[in-house]
Amino acid sequence: MAIVFEKTEGLTGKPFHYCPGCTHGIAHRLIAESMVEMGILGTTVGVASVGCSYNSYEYFNCDMVQAAHGRAPAVATGIKRTLKDKTVFTYQGDGDLASIGCAEIVHAAARGEKICVFFINNAVYGMTSGQMAPTTLLGQVTTTSPFGRDASYQGYPINVAELLSNLTGAAYVERVCMTDFKNINNAKKAIKKAFKVQQAGLGFAFVEFLSTCPTNWGKAPLDAMDWLKEKMIPQYPLGCFKGEDITVQALDEMIAAKAAGEEVKA
Amino acid sequence: MAQKRLLMKGNEVIAEAAIRAGCRNYFGYPITPQTEVMHYMAKKMVQIGGNFVQAESELAAINMVYGAASAGFRAMTSSSSPGISLKQEGISYIAGAELPAVVVNIVRAGPGLGGILPAQGDYFQATKGGGHGDYRNIVIAPASVQELYELTVEAFNLADKYRNLVMILGDGTLGQMMEPVAFRDEEPIVTYEKPWATNGRGYNDDGSYKREHNTITSIYIDPDVLEVKNNELQAKYELIRQNEVRYEAIGLEDAEIVITAFSTCSRISRNVIRQAAELGIKVGMIRPITLWPFPTQAIADAAAMPNVKAFLDVELNAGQMIEDVKLAVNGAKPVYFHGRLGGNLPTQKEILDKIVAIHEGGKV
Amino acid sequence: MIDFSIILAGFGGQGILSAGKFAAEAALYEGKEVSWFPSYGPEMRGGTANCSVVISDEPIGSPVVNDADVVICCNQPSMEKFEASIKPGGYLIVDTGMIKIKATRTDINVIELDASGIADEFGAMAYGPISMLGCLSKATGCFSRESFEKSLYEVLPERRHKMIPGNLAAFDKGAAAV
Repeated sequence: MAIVFEKTEGLTGKPFHYCPGCTHGIAHRLIAESMVEMGILGTTVGVASVGCSYNSYEYFNCDMVQAAHGRAPAVATGIKRTLKDKTVFTYQGDGDLASIGCAEIVHAAARGEKICVFFINNAVYGMTSGQMAPTTLLGQVTTTSPFGRDASYQGYPINVAELLSNLTGAAYVERVCMTDFKNINNAKKAIKKAFKVQQAGLGFAFVEFLSTCPTNWGKAPLDAMDWLKEKMIPQYPLGCFKGEDITVQALDEMIAAKAAGEEVKA
Repeated sequence: MAQKRLLMKGNEVIAEAAIRAGCRNYFGYPITPQTEVMHYMAKKMVQIGGNFVQAESELAAINMVYGAASAGFRAMTSSSSPGISLKQEGISYIAGAELPAVVVNIVRAGPGLGGILPAQGDYFQATKGGGHGDYRNIVIAPASVQELYELTVEAFNLADKYRNLVMILGDGTLGQMMEPVAFRDEEPIVTYEKPWATNGRGYNDDGSYKREHNTITSIYIDPDVLEVKNNELQAKYELIRQNEVRYEAIGLEDAEIVITAFSTCSRISRNVIRQAAELGIKVGMIRPITLWPFPTQAIADAAAMPNVKAFLDVELNAGQMIEDVKLAVNGAKPVYFHGRLGGNLPTQKEILDKIVAIHEGGKV
Repeated sequence: MIDFSIILAGFGGQGILSAGKFAAEAALYEGKEVSWFPSYGPEMRGGTANCSVVISDEPIGSPVVNDADVVICCNQPSMEKFEASIKPGGYLIVDTGMIKIKATRTDINVIELDASGIADEFGAMAYGPISMLGCLSKATGCFSRESFEKSLYEVLPERRHKMIPGNLAAFDKGAAAV
């Protein structure tokens, strides 16, 4: 009998602790599958952050380092600079990356650090119970914006992908979501492209995943998916903001040339 | 063979020593009075194929050290007091994750932005923790440029040996001054296996993985697991207390007054001992070289000697190490204090006057 | 010699810090303990620079000098600041090309030298403080001319050795003024 579906060895098999309907699990699986399919699970070091995914090091089956809140890009810098031939990624949420870790993410991108950053944007602080995030939408009710986020009082959401795409050091910036098969497939393509951008040595690669948080949004999983499509995507449009013209074929050629010891032209 | 003595700046010697100790990873952020460490590294690391990153902040710098140390490499950062305050988050995480790292603090006067001149006001911060949680850093206080060299090399060995952060605690005097230094032909580098490093699982020829995945972390949500982890840390610290106390004792055998002083203050005090002898007052000194672990026993032993009548603690602060001195003396003898603040150094005369006053009446 | 202390002070860019290093190098060449400590504090503002050099047969205590055996002044603000810091019987070496005021103390030895004039004559500002090292060496014997010369050859990179004869000539001119 043909096997049509199996657990990926990119994950340890430890059951996820994420809430029902949360899309962390999908993102984890896509990243893990991509590492296995690309044959880099044994040569990759991931950096977990602080937030709901604080213990993603227990799930990803590659070497993992747990970083302080917001500092994952700095930790990843330290790893990548010492392990230049290995693949390094961070996995960060919106509080971690867009609030406390703003300096670290901007400067890692500006330096063109050859790392991949996977950014989970669910517009809310999850683990600490639903506070307003830098990416919380205007009008969105959270435990610290109980009357809805008011621009005159709490300012505006940060569009991180657009922000980082303005930096020369950022080679590839894309925003995806995981609401249906098509988008999930697109998300996986983005992950693989990000890894390849790193392998080709082009610079900083960033994928933002619009994600759901049914628990803190107070919605059923399917309603959360609808809310993401109706409310989040207008604020955070999907698409490639940097490096769209870099084709996978071109990346493969660069990686092959690099392996053969040739100089890569960025 | 001993090499020729070269005139070099303390900060540059720290950088050179780190490179000689095999450190190829420096991450820093500029701050007076330690910036020459960075300048030296910025040039040398590029020349020898190492890593130098000018980080966006001290927070980022210490976390880059965390990353490089996780990958199994010798790594360091340097800063001065306000910058070290910012690094405390990372220092606590390094303690929790048990990573070997070297951090240099060329102390300046505080609190707050304070001033840029020498001080020892970070003694508490360095020796009592600084960041959150129950942990200890090995804290080394060199007193000369030659010692900056030798003890910085040693710091990397100790860091690897115990998977612990080692702090070099200097001050603006030591960092900025030039003094002769003689480099060894070969450094006593001890190499430790790091099977715990997160440097990739690796592949065997058949495509299987060389090992299970490694994890570097400081989070243990289960209280029982965290308690075990903490007890392991405490056992390690006890081992360090037993093995690594270093100090210099001078003239205790007939001393009436024993000075306790580290680093810059010990240099000035050393000359006071000579001046006091000219006045017929016998003064000795215990100079802690490791501030943690602290030479408690050596001080307790001195306090038990019949010839020792009193202690004089000299510091560039309002009285910090004196608390550890008093704990060691444990009431056996009086402990007096002389300190200067704000970036000023005590003169030999000030200390000598204090000695004379103690000697004449025990009232200061 | 125990803790023989020298303060060199003047404008930033005059070559004060380098002259201090050369003095320390010369004494180091003689096997002495030496220290050199720059002003890096707020007094650097306003363009003044100074450094302390200590030369000793014993390990040096503080590299920071409060009471100096010798003060070398290359500008007027330095003179105003450091004249009081000289030990009785000590030396004040004054660049009369830069300093128009006279020393007020009578318990010290004052050596006057038109060091900036020498610098003009030799075509570079740095020769001024070097000529004052000549005064220092001749007046106090804290290091010899020979040590100064030999240490220059050791310390300076080969490509700068062509400057050494000029430095020695400036040094000798200063020494001749004592």
